[in-house]
Amino acid sequence: MSSIQISALTKVFSGRRGEVQALGGVDLSLADREFVSVVGASGCGKSTLLSIVAGLTQPTSGTVTMDGVPVTGPGRDRGVVFQTYTLFPWLTALGNVEFGLSQEPLSRTERRTRAMDELRLVGLAEFADRYPNELSGGMKQRVAIARSLAYRPGVLLMDEPFGALDALTRTLMQELLTTIWEEHRLTVLFITHDIDEAVFVSDRVLVMTNRPGRIKEDIPVNLGRPRTPAMASSAEFRELHERVLAAIRDEAMAVMNTVEH
Amino acid sequence: MSAGPGWRSGRIRLPLITLASFGVVLALWLWWSAHPTSNGFPPTPGRSVGRVLWEARRGQLWADLGASTSRILIGFVISAVMALPLGLVAGRTRVGQAAIVPFTEFVRYMPVTAFLAFSIILFGLDEGQKWFLIWMGTFWQLVLMVADDAKRVPNELVDAGRTMGLSDVAILRRIVLRAAAPKLWDSHRLALGWAWTWVVLAEQVNPKHGLGYAIDLGRKFNAYDKILGYLLVLGVVGLVTDQVLRMVGRRLFQHEQLAR
Repeated sequence: MSSIQISALTKVFSGRRGEVQALGGVDLSLADREFVSVVGASGCGKSTLLSIVAGLTQPTSGTVTMDGVPVTGPGRDRGVVFQTYTLFPWLTALGNVEFGLSQEPLSRTERRTRAMDELRLVGLAEFADRYPNELSGGMKQRVAIARSLAYRPGVLLMDEPFGALDALTRTLMQELLTTIWEEHRLTVLFITHDIDEAVFVSDRVLVMTNRPGRIKEDIPVNLGRPRTPAMASSAEFRELHERVLAAIRDEAMAVMNTVEH
Repeated sequence: MSAGPGWRSGRIRLPLITLASFGVVLALWLWWSAHPTSNGFPPTPGRSVGRVLWEARRGQLWADLGASTSRILIGFVISAVMALPLGLVAGRTRVGQAAIVPFTEFVRYMPVTAFLAFSIILFGLDEGQKWFLIWMGTFWQLVLMVADDAKRVPNELVDAGRTMGLSDVAILRRIVLRAAAPKLWDSHRLALGWAWTWVVLAEQVNPKHGLGYAIDLGRKFNAYDKILGYLLVLGVVGLVTDQVLRMVGRRLFQHEQLAR
């Protein structure tokens, strides 16, 4: 069981030019094995939300609990895939996945076997001995996903993991991610600003307001599983896209007409 | 001259420019030492090199080189071993930064030469005094350089480690230290270069052997060929060491060249 309950979560950053309220009371729950996306205009606090759930950032008020236990810091029950490349450049792809397993009570061979299995899952078995600077952006993120999945967290937190990739690679990564999820069936919180991406991968799409961020709309995605590329051109998909777009549009317009100060 | 591909890419041209820069200085030296008014000063390059070769043949050069090298290595290793943990903590924690950096900056501005007298009072006239001066000349700088290298490690790598459940100590050791390693290598390479300056100072005090001692003797007996010859040795040893360390660094961290 891996469910997440977020209630009345706020975050205020205090800087030199005063305080910025990033989150203004977020309530949201993820059921066990649910795939939930959070979309919102840039700067709406969606990455802050993920960072708090990961335990990397402390909230100003409110709580995050995982299976009823309050989250106070990072932990191996939650795997995180970041937007920026976070592979360790001194380790091979295999070495990076093994690094994630170094805390587990495994023998060297067990660790290697399991890391290899994870690389196979993301389709990179034959790139096991490549170093990160020899891998493409998409490959790096696949290794990062393998590294996070290797220690079997109940929850996977993904912060715009495909944001830096080109459009074609991104589509392929979305398909790969849904395939992996359909096999692993773990709880996923996925942050993105790409509406099609959110609809394609998720069971539910949550739209956030501008800063201070709150959940504005909760849109269930009733497309079947497994997801196929053909679904992206279906009428249902277009309709969901329009719904999310409509919700996000007002927020994005408001941002465009605000002078950053 | 026809310009081949090696010439245009700089593979041939740049080393030639480097050689030419040495050549210009050598030519000036030759001209000056051969000038009618030179009157024996400066000694010719030939005489200076000849003096070094003579010192090498009678074994004196190797004794001096060995003594200085071992002093540098011991002083520098003490310095590096102390600076590494302090620098890492100063670079990655706010408390460490507050406790270590301002004080280090403060001491850094004190000239090492001014500590010569203290070094004798504190450590006597033997090797300890020489290690102390080399330590003094490198430690404070190294702490700041290590701190800076540690600070430049991307926070995302540290965050990744935290999400994998690593302890703070494990993150410092397995991520920060390792991610900073290519830069740390360069910092230590630079600091080691300074150690060669301080060994010459340290060897003004009661040495048995040493390059600095030999230069000091040269001064006392007006043996300028010896001074210049030994200075050439210092330069060559420094240059070779630096190039070798650069090469080793490139090999050790070859996969991190682009990723940094």
